[in-house]
Amino acid sequence: MLAYVLRRIGQSVLVLLVTGLVAFSMFRFVGDPVDNMLGQERTQADVERLRDRLGLDEPFAVQYWSFLTNAARGDFGLSYRQGRPVAEIIAERLPATLELAAVSAVLAVVLGVAFGIYAAIRRGGWLANAIMTASLIGVSLPTFLIGILLIWIFSVELGWLPSYGRGEVVDLGWWSTGFLTASGLKALILPAITLGLYQMTLIMRLVRSEMMEALGQDFVRFARARGLPERAVTLRHALRNVAVPVITVTGLQLGSIIAFAIITETVFQWPGVGLLFINAVQFVDIPIMAAYLMGISVMFVGINLVVDLSYLAIDPRLRAGAGGRT
Amino acid sequence: MSRMARAWDSDLAYGFRRSPLAVLSLAVLLMLVAGAVLAPLVAPTDPFDPASLDLMNGFTPPLTENEFTGERFLLGTDDQGRDVFSAILFGMRISLMVGVLAVMLAMVIGVSLGLVAGFRGGLVDSVVMRAADVQLTFPAILVAMLIFGVAKGITPVEYRDQMAIWVLVLAIGFSDWVQFARVVRGATMVERDKDYVQAARLTGRGSLSIMLRHVLPNVLSPVLVIATISLALAIIAEATLSFLGVGAPPTQPSLGTLIRIGQDFLFSGEWWILAFPAATLLALALSVNLLGDWLRDTLNPRLK
Amino acid sequence: MSAPDPVPPALELRNLRVDIPTRRGTLRAVDDVSFAIAPGEILGVVGESGAGKSMTGNAVIGLLDPPARIAGGEVHLNGRRIDTLGRGALRRIRGAEIGMVFQDPTSSLDPLLTIGDQLVETMRAHLDISGKAARARAVAALEEVGIPGARDRIDSYPFQFSGGMRQRVVIALALCAEPSLVIADEPTTALDVSVQAQIIALLKRLCAERGTAVMLVTHDMGVIAETADRVLVMYAGRMAELGPVREVIDRARHPYTAGLMASTPAASRGARRLYQIPGAMPRLTDLPEGCPFHPRCPKAQEDCRRVPRPTLAADGGRAACLHPLDPERGAEDVARAAEGTAR
Repeated sequence: MLAYVLRRIGQSVLVLLVTGLVAFSMFRFVGDPVDNMLGQERTQADVERLRDRLGLDEPFAVQYWSFLTNAARGDFGLSYRQGRPVAEIIAERLPATLELAAVSAVLAVVLGVAFGIYAAIRRGGWLANAIMTASLIGVSLPTFLIGILLIWIFSVELGWLPSYGRGEVVDLGWWSTGFLTASGLKALILPAITLGLYQMTLIMRLVRSEMMEALGQDFVRFARARGLPERAVTLRHALRNVAVPVITVTGLQLGSIIAFAIITETVFQWPGVGLLFINAVQFVDIPIMAAYLMGISVMFVGINLVVDLSYLAIDPRLRAGAGGRT
Repeated sequence: MSRMARAWDSDLAYGFRRSPLAVLSLAVLLMLVAGAVLAPLVAPTDPFDPASLDLMNGFTPPLTENEFTGERFLLGTDDQGRDVFSAILFGMRISLMVGVLAVMLAMVIGVSLGLVAGFRGGLVDSVVMRAADVQLTFPAILVAMLIFGVAKGITPVEYRDQMAIWVLVLAIGFSDWVQFARVVRGATMVERDKDYVQAARLTGRGSLSIMLRHVLPNVLSPVLVIATISLALAIIAEATLSFLGVGAPPTQPSLGTLIRIGQDFLFSGEWWILAFPAATLLALALSVNLLGDWLRDTLNPRLK
Repeated sequence: MSAPDPVPPALELRNLRVDIPTRRGTLRAVDDVSFAIAPGEILGVVGESGAGKSMTGNAVIGLLDPPARIAGGEVHLNGRRIDTLGRGALRRIRGAEIGMVFQDPTSSLDPLLTIGDQLVETMRAHLDISGKAARARAVAALEEVGIPGARDRIDSYPFQFSGGMRQRVVIALALCAEPSLVIADEPTTALDVSVQAQIIALLKRLCAERGTAVMLVTHDMGVIAETADRVLVMYAGRMAELGPVREVIDRARHPYTAGLMASTPAASRGARRLYQIPGAMPRLTDLPEGCPFHPRCPKAQEDCRRVPRPTLAADGGRAACLHPLDPERGAEDVARAAEGTAR
């Protein structure tokens, strides 16, 4: 079991080192960092000083290492465009994205699993069929079109909900939240639906197909033959057995939510990290792109690790076999 | 071989006739592609020719007479007086071109890397497959955005708009090779251990070229399925990037760019500037997607 | 409207019919099956795969896979009609009054729950006992089916047991709520040959101790010969022959039964070469006119083709055959006749 955990952690570190290399190469080789940071009016002495400070004359490996250690401390240098520390800019934007992502994720997981189970149990029923048809549309619609459609209906035509921004936010020290005001909550509704819908349909379709497979298995049949109540059969036996694939995909989807927030934040002008990133891409603000990439990869790797470890909690066969090869 | 090919064809054709959804999708797709390819001939106006634009025609609703010029437009005009229908036809050209080229690029990269990885094995294989794993950790659209940003950074400022389309092809193509590589690698590994390859190796002949002839036919149908589904994804990815402002420039608007422009007029009531490009994108993506689904179910039920 | 018997049979089927509606018409998977099993009796049900044996068992416990459904007839359990019960009432009967043992113990047990959990949940679904009492009974149940060190192994997961041990757990699960009938559907087919006999002996002993009736579905004549009191032979969803086990084995009256015996190593002790019944069982989609067995029957005559399918009544309640075999000559007769037609 320890070997299994260690192997997973090793893989995670590898992924981080590779993305770190990509981020560093972006920083080092896309354009000249000195040019980008100093602007037009500069002396040769300024250039030398900055080159020295950035360590640009050191060997590649040394530079890579100092990039990594700085990154680990959250130091990604200055934004080319805003001239402020990247970490500071991101810290301002992070609460908006995390709140949006959290609400979307809860929406996607809770509704996705519930609808998926329902569609599997009531296979062929009209409501189950309606859910499945709707999900097909949900999968084919590009996210930004869903957002625009929602704005059109609920902001333009009905005028019920705001179409952009976060509404009023309350500052709690280093965190700003939209959860505490009515306008903040209202502003959250459309973006959260936009962001969560796609993941919800994916989770739902997965839960449905896995559940249907599980419900046809012998142990479910035997559970029925033992006279267990239907609820115990579906929730205690079938659902538990589909937990591993469902958690795998759900974990990945949660990571994607943060990445897909880029699109939703653009549609709704939501002042989060995604909007920051897309602006950075537009203006080739490499330090912010590099920091975003590193942040996202840390998160993905963390989620993957948690997912892997959660298998151990669910499946006794893995717990027993995890020491050796599984 | 030719008899097999014929049987395969006829099976496919038979299944096709029996699936109304597939027939409908293909019909819609062909119509859209024809409109895009023949845009210069079909379109009433050339949306890229400033001389053809009349600001007086701006904001004409669909099928309504313009109050100043008295002209009518099938799908209305935008703020510049540009015919929306023509803009859509030309926009579709860009969308389809980027999509097709990106998938072809992804296919070339994926198939070659898969072949080499499967054939060489060992270190080459591990490097390619780990790279695939790392890339798969991130959503393709994010990878495409990063590639776009980096490529833009490398391109000199004065060429950026001109290069944007090619940068898009590059970004989407590079973000989507993994699926191809995996399938081809698997098929290659199966083939590699067969006797004729071993024999060719012993005689010192180029076993890779012999193998190509055996591997490629085997992976034809899965590659075709992946390519079709990838095309739908690539079209959506292009539209998304352009919508986000990191894709096709306003001088060469794709469907995504048109939707980005149209979104500004949603609040002032000129819905048609947004709705028609959006509907076209949807029809395009959906028809390719449904065809891809159908192909997958028919050719390769186990591929997911 | 059953006549009140002093001791009603544990299970009684009257003209049971199971239909599977398909796009191309309705298939009759079980047709006109009637039999009774007395308390403590073991009835063996044999036949080739697809003969409707398992379908009959599933119909009894109300677990037919849709679209299959009971289309006619009655099922009585201890004198009480159960095929008309609602889903909830039937659910309470399953496990409590009818225990079920399936073919493959590996897939029958939920891999993610300990065997103790599965025993406790089954008992608590049917008996009004506390979790603690249920656990104590679970240990006892495991000891009874011969799991060594039951007290320590109750918290083990199914994958930690061997195939034979798993089937013992399955039997413990089937019997833990003290049912009056056990339906064992091919209980040894998936097991190693070396443990098959142990499992059958265990099942037989436990049911005898409790007076539990058993419907033992199998295609293994050897198992039937050693275990069953009476045997029912099924063919193409119909009853072919029903009678006391020694009678049917030694003096088969239906040519199909005789062929089945002659093709089984254990049952046909004298035969030097194993016999093969020519052809295959017809699919339910294209059953022949007349007796369903006649295309494969070495003794078939002209009227077997014409006369609508015979019932057991054709042979005084024993065999569904217009021309039953001479009881004294039995299997050899068939074998000889078959060799004649094959040449």
